[in-house]
Amino acid sequence: MALETTHDNKTNLKRAWDQLFPALISIVIAVIIGGLLLVANGRDPLAAYLSLWQGAFGSFGRFTETLVKTTPFLILAISVSLSFRCQLWNIGAEGQLMVGAILSTWVALTFVSLPVYLLLPLTFVGGFLGGAIWSGIAGALKAYLNANEVITTSMLNYIAFYLTAYLVNGPMKDPQGFNFPQSPLIESALQLPILVHGTRLNAGFLVALLLVPAAIIFWRSSAGFRTEVVGASRRVAKYAGLNVVSTIVFVSILTGGLAGIAGWGEIFGIQDRLIQNIATGWGSLAIVIALLGELHPLGMVVAAFLFASMVVGGDAMQRNAGVPFALVDVIQGIVILLILARSYFFARRAA
Amino acid sequence: MNLGLITPVFVIGILTASIRLATPLLLAALGEVFTERSGILNLGLEGIMLMGALTGFLGAYWTGGNLWVGLLFALCTGIVFALLMGFMSITAKVNQVVAGLGITILGGGLSTLLYRLAFGLRSQPPTIKIFPDVPIPLLSKIPLLGQILFTQNILVYAALILTPIAWLILYRTPFGLAVRAVGESPDAVDTRGINVSGMRYLAIMIGGALAGLGGAYLSIGSLGVFWTQMTAGSGFIAIAVVVFSRWDPLRSLLGALVFGFAGALQLSLQTLNAPVPSELLLMLPYVITILVLVGVSRRAEFPAAFAVPYRRGEE
Repeated sequence: MALETTHDNKTNLKRAWDQLFPALISIVIAVIIGGLLLVANGRDPLAAYLSLWQGAFGSFGRFTETLVKTTPFLILAISVSLSFRCQLWNIGAEGQLMVGAILSTWVALTFVSLPVYLLLPLTFVGGFLGGAIWSGIAGALKAYLNANEVITTSMLNYIAFYLTAYLVNGPMKDPQGFNFPQSPLIESALQLPILVHGTRLNAGFLVALLLVPAAIIFWRSSAGFRTEVVGASRRVAKYAGLNVVSTIVFVSILTGGLAGIAGWGEIFGIQDRLIQNIATGWGSLAIVIALLGELHPLGMVVAAFLFASMVVGGDAMQRNAGVPFALVDVIQGIVILLILARSYFFARRAA
Repeated sequence: MNLGLITPVFVIGILTASIRLATPLLLAALGEVFTERSGILNLGLEGIMLMGALTGFLGAYWTGGNLWVGLLFALCTGIVFALLMGFMSITAKVNQVVAGLGITILGGGLSTLLYRLAFGLRSQPPTIKIFPDVPIPLLSKIPLLGQILFTQNILVYAALILTPIAWLILYRTPFGLAVRAVGESPDAVDTRGINVSGMRYLAIMIGGALAGLGGAYLSIGSLGVFWTQMTAGSGFIAIAVVVFSRWDPLRSLLGALVFGFAGALQLSLQTLNAPVPSELLLMLPYVITILVLVGVSRRAEFPAAFAVPYRRGEE
């Protein structure tokens, strides 16, 4: 999708608009439906959305918070888009993120005597490996034993959650943590550099942005092509002599590794330690963002920023206007359904 | 670990709890058998169950504890959400996996939103009285079995009775034959003059109704409260039960009991102070789901037209 290059500008612009328009409409309709739900319950939707807007963009500080949340959302969406374009319905980004967070924290706390220039890259590898292992399990079960990946990745999310809970209440618990369920702090030298003084915006954001060109290059590489052929049709891929099984495992590992990097970014950029609820609800957000961005890296940048603003603003809306954050979840669900159904509605309109 | 606590009473307790924990899975799985047999994969089960749990609770709460109104609410909600899924998969012919995920996300968000709008944030969640246990005369006096099978609440009995009924409908009625046929070869059914879309809509509505009831069982049949994401993966586990059952209602009962037992075992190991951290015990049902799914998936024979939208005149 959207890989054609040799067209004149007018058609390019028109094509971009054709892709953008349904996405925009979906968001607008979802926001309106959400507002109607509030009206039906005797709430003021304008006040709610105003509060949401201010929470996301009301000040420079709020804006940087939106960018802070864009970071993991964008990484997770790129991760999810990889498996979706291979027709692997991985819904385990949340669990993969958690295991990546676990392993990278463990590396940081265990090999504490190593110099930072060695240890920090090592924690990055740990994060990648953690997510890759978690997703690789589901991928291997799919490739070799035909186990439905939606169910296995969903179950692995719960298992990862309880694994994290076990670790921060047991083996990895901070002995000086006043009994809080959390690990000890990582060395301050390992914390990712802050980009804007006085905010939480850190180098993790740059990592997320760097993944965008990396993803574009990947889709133009032979590995990316293989991934899409296997996604388009397992049978055709087999006829073409591609190894479907190994492609599925490869995509799973890469997908999970990316989610693990998002976990690494959360630990070393934001939390500085392992905690219990590190990524609640982010798995479904990643799916919405990936789909809204048409599984295209650039589209997902916009979508990730949009949903990051809704999440950051939604928190503020809950605090200031007393409107439940779950409104954002409802908007997510509606957006997915509208994005999916758009071809139906648009085809009918054209006919 | 205090093994002295393992008495007959304790074992009966585990088995009784297994059946209770199996009930929501069984209800949802029975419905999904119909849906999948007709050729639709409804991965929105989790969201539908959550909506059923919420509306069941609201219906009962608003009527001062009338649980039957709650059940009716849950049933209707399940059907409405199933129609939404049906529209996506049958009419709009979109990717069913993603549509199901959308329904699950929507159901999770909407149930939480409506609950919070109705009750706000409270230190003590509102509660209702659940369906009481109804010992069946005579049968409940049978040693062991009487306790386990015949001293349950009405929803448990309903699920157990629905199992053979679902089997009869699927294998012994023209309707059941038509459901199976549209899942196997929709073209043939179409040339026979049976409405493929209509049959699929009916099947998915049965699935939604039962998933709604399964969700309601959680809130008004077993816990008496609603909480966010209270299904905790039950919808996905129910789909694993369906794969395990090879799309047969009777085997769904067996599958649901396996998972019910895993849950009950986990709970009772906690009360025994087993030397395993509770967080690891809580993983048990999810680990078992994966193991069971892996065990049955390789030789699973999905309906031939599974998850394939029907278009007339196409291969």
